[in-house]
Amino acid sequence: MTRDIENIQTAWQASEALRSGRISARDLTRACLERIAALEPSLSAFLALTEEIAMEAAARFDANPAAFPDPLAGVPAAVKDNMCLKGVPCTCASRILEGWEPPYNATAVQRILDRGGVICGKTNLDEFAMGSSTENSAFKVTRNPWNTSTVPGGSSGGSAAAVAAGQVFYALGSDTGGSIRQPASFCGIVGVKPTYGRVSRYGLVAYASSLDQIGPLTRDVRDAALVLNIICGHDPLDSTSYPGESPDFTQALVRDVQGMTVGLPREFFAQGVREDVAQAVQEGARVLEKAGAKIREISMPNVGYALPVYYIIAPAEASSNLARYDGVRYGHRSGAASDHVDMFMRSRAEGFGAEVKQRIMIGTYALSAGYYDAYYLKAQQVRTLLRRDFDRAFQECDVLLTPTSPTPAFAVGERADDPFQMKLADVCTIPVNLAGIPALSLPCGLVDGLPVGMQIMARPFDEETMLRAAYTFEQATEFHRLRPAI
Amino acid sequence: MAVDIAESGFEAVIGMEVHAELLTRSKMFCSCSAEFGGEPNTRCCPVCLGLPGSLPVANRQAVEFVVRAAMALNCEINRETFFHRKNYFYPDLPKGYQISQYGDTPIGVRGWIEIETEDGTVKRIGIRRVHLEEDTGKLLHSSPSESEVDYNRSGVPLMEIVTEHDPRPGFDQINTAYEAREYIMQLRQILLYLGVCDGKMEEGSLRCEPNVSVRPAGSREYGTRTELKNLNSFRSVYRGLEYEIRRQIETIRSGGVVVHETRRWDEENEVTAPMRGKELEQEYRYFPEPDLLPFRFEEAQLEQLRRELPELPLQRRRRFEEMGLSRADAATLTSEKAIADWFEEAARDYGDPKPIANWVLSELLRLLNQAGEGIQSCKVRPAQLASLVRLIDDGTISGKIAKGVFEEMFRTGRDPGQIVEASGQTQISDEEAILSVVRKVIAGNERVAADVRGGKEKSIGFLVGQVMKETGGRANPRLVNELLRRELGAG
Repeated sequence: MTRDIENIQTAWQASEALRSGRISARDLTRACLERIAALEPSLSAFLALTEEIAMEAAARFDANPAAFPDPLAGVPAAVKDNMCLKGVPCTCASRILEGWEPPYNATAVQRILDRGGVICGKTNLDEFAMGSSTENSAFKVTRNPWNTSTVPGGSSGGSAAAVAAGQVFYALGSDTGGSIRQPASFCGIVGVKPTYGRVSRYGLVAYASSLDQIGPLTRDVRDAALVLNIICGHDPLDSTSYPGESPDFTQALVRDVQGMTVGLPREFFAQGVREDVAQAVQEGARVLEKAGAKIREISMPNVGYALPVYYIIAPAEASSNLARYDGVRYGHRSGAASDHVDMFMRSRAEGFGAEVKQRIMIGTYALSAGYYDAYYLKAQQVRTLLRRDFDRAFQECDVLLTPTSPTPAFAVGERADDPFQMKLADVCTIPVNLAGIPALSLPCGLVDGLPVGMQIMARPFDEETMLRAAYTFEQATEFHRLRPAI
Repeated sequence: MAVDIAESGFEAVIGMEVHAELLTRSKMFCSCSAEFGGEPNTRCCPVCLGLPGSLPVANRQAVEFVVRAAMALNCEINRETFFHRKNYFYPDLPKGYQISQYGDTPIGVRGWIEIETEDGTVKRIGIRRVHLEEDTGKLLHSSPSESEVDYNRSGVPLMEIVTEHDPRPGFDQINTAYEAREYIMQLRQILLYLGVCDGKMEEGSLRCEPNVSVRPAGSREYGTRTELKNLNSFRSVYRGLEYEIRRQIETIRSGGVVVHETRRWDEENEVTAPMRGKELEQEYRYFPEPDLLPFRFEEAQLEQLRRELPELPLQRRRRFEEMGLSRADAATLTSEKAIADWFEEAARDYGDPKPIANWVLSELLRLLNQAGEGIQSCKVRPAQLASLVRLIDDGTISGKIAKGVFEEMFRTGRDPGQIVEASGQTQISDEEAILSVVRKVIAGNERVAADVRGGKEKSIGFLVGQVMKETGGRANPRLVNELLRRELGAG
């Protein structure tokens, strides 16, 4: 029985085992909870366990599997701790939200629960999803299961580590500038940032509203398609959510890229991308070429501005989104305040960590009357230029192929004192968020014994082509079968 | 302060910022009830409390209401309109920002409203912008050291209407407290006609914050202005501005300087007092709201809304005047849309507006007033008044009796015909019957009858009175007069 469970690698395999009656959802969930408990001391991937919620959902599934036709029903999962799960503390890895329990579920979370999903816990992140290593959590530093002296990436590092280490079969993350794809790359798993608007943001604690998007972290491409099938779709509670129908993403799991044009934008292979990482991705391109795709090198001249543009727009929106944490209604309130203004200031000074404060200050500055035109407005204009780069690229290419991150996972503490180096970890993923297009990271090699991620981008709302390219690559290679030895 | 503003050589310039809470059923960005009142914090959800993860969804009806109001205020409608965030910290502001409309794309721009000045001339007051935003919560100061917040108002749709501070050619400014009051009265009436706001100043659903400065009459420069708060009636708008204008003139005359500040109107002592300094311009860090998409209006949609606009109070008053009503009567009848509607329906049924207007203005409004009720709860239907007046015309009852009948109609809502029949109060128009009473009265009042015969015309009134008394007021007064004169050989 235990061996049975250990042989299950992916969520879809778990689903098959559940449907065939070889295991029960309760046994599977218990096994996951045990593995979480066993590995937590070395990984620190979770901020809260939700055993009760998980075991109840598992029992409901076991009582009547036919009532839950979704393939992921009964399969243990986790969600990043910046999404609301009713009655469970939602911390965003910040002291300022201490004690706050949301009275509602995020739409994406609700959709998982409605389909019989089993949520085992809430995963660690960089405070308010700001960071690239999950070292900026107010509570703990998550470790990379491939090598616990390295970071799992960020900000969805907890979700990535939990999936890579086999603590759960899939997890939800959020991606504002690469926060799903970059940790997926560091942890050797699949991470998808869907098109902006594909997944409702309702109940996702906002970092930068115009960039945030929820997406899956999974062991392979099939699992990613299965999770997308659950979480995508219009939500009347989010007016930016796409009103059209969502396709069945599993239909895109076809091993065929015949006639597909794959673009290699040269600028993404510069910007400090390590030679061996670039090489792994280029070899990935050859795999697709062998499968029938046309490879074309292209240029996107404005990509170099993406990082500075992102570090104006994201902090600007964040400074506004985080204004609600003032100690008035919930969360941390300073005990030492003399009046209400003093209370705001002290509560925020005590509650937010350094990275968050820095971004709030940058954003406040960028939006202030005297600087708005020079920074925020200019950044929005450049964002438009960058979008046009993508429009042009997608006139010639069906997908674009780039490294997900310039390097494999770096050591814990290595970049803690060098904010610029830290931010470079997202240099290849950020343009995607600014353009609102979908992108996916999947493992394409090992460097220094650590996974390397390859990023596939596609046209807005064309996740299917992206998934098809990824699936074809995955089926032709063995990288997705590599597991950390933890 | 005894400054006579008109004689002072100074003139005031007044800008009006009016906030009107919209009569939508739900709030601006969620489905909570927007109704006034309620136990504190019972009309709240994650969205209007700004809980983490919550997102706004714009209320279509609120947007339409503002489009209607902007159209009625002669504004141009922006085809594409955006929401912005206005960022500031305050305990009653749950998100740390207010969703509002900033910049040059509010729903309505460049409108105007007509008001009448004290001397009866018409001024066209330029309106700069009409936009939509959300209301904030309310602080309740339970003790000197503790405050509580009620978020029931948080997220209620609020329309802001701002006058032009430097009007375009052909448009005017507000220069006196009288005009300011006229402006807010006119505006309130229009909003009531449109059904977009209940206009209750005392409940805060219509709030007005004028700013005022003074300058030597004829000057083109503007003086330093102050802003007035806490004006919750027409009277306080008038009195507050009068006071503030006088205060500013006094200050300047005595060599002082007007300070740019916000001042509170102290209703009890009838003075304005400084609230907080305004030297520091607030930094709101406006930027486009990323959680909401821009609103685009289709031409057909705007056309539809324009067609649905009701006739507005000023147009209607003028039309009533054209019907032959006096200006004062037309003004009273159009003061409230429901009254004007009631009157028009009765007048149409009856066929002649004049007598109906008289009944509405005297009897109906008096009885409503006495009962402290609005026309909405009136039991008398317009057609019933028309048939009452017809009963007078065809001689079934006298005008005097009709008043009593109307009072009963007002109490019970019954038809006038029924009431008259049941009470046996029909008028006696039978000549024979009246003649016999006339003869009896003449016989009983020989001396008066002799006076009349002798040419003392006036005394006939006494005899008429006697006949009416004998018949319980039911005799047709025209016949009584006629028969008396014939019998006495007079006139």
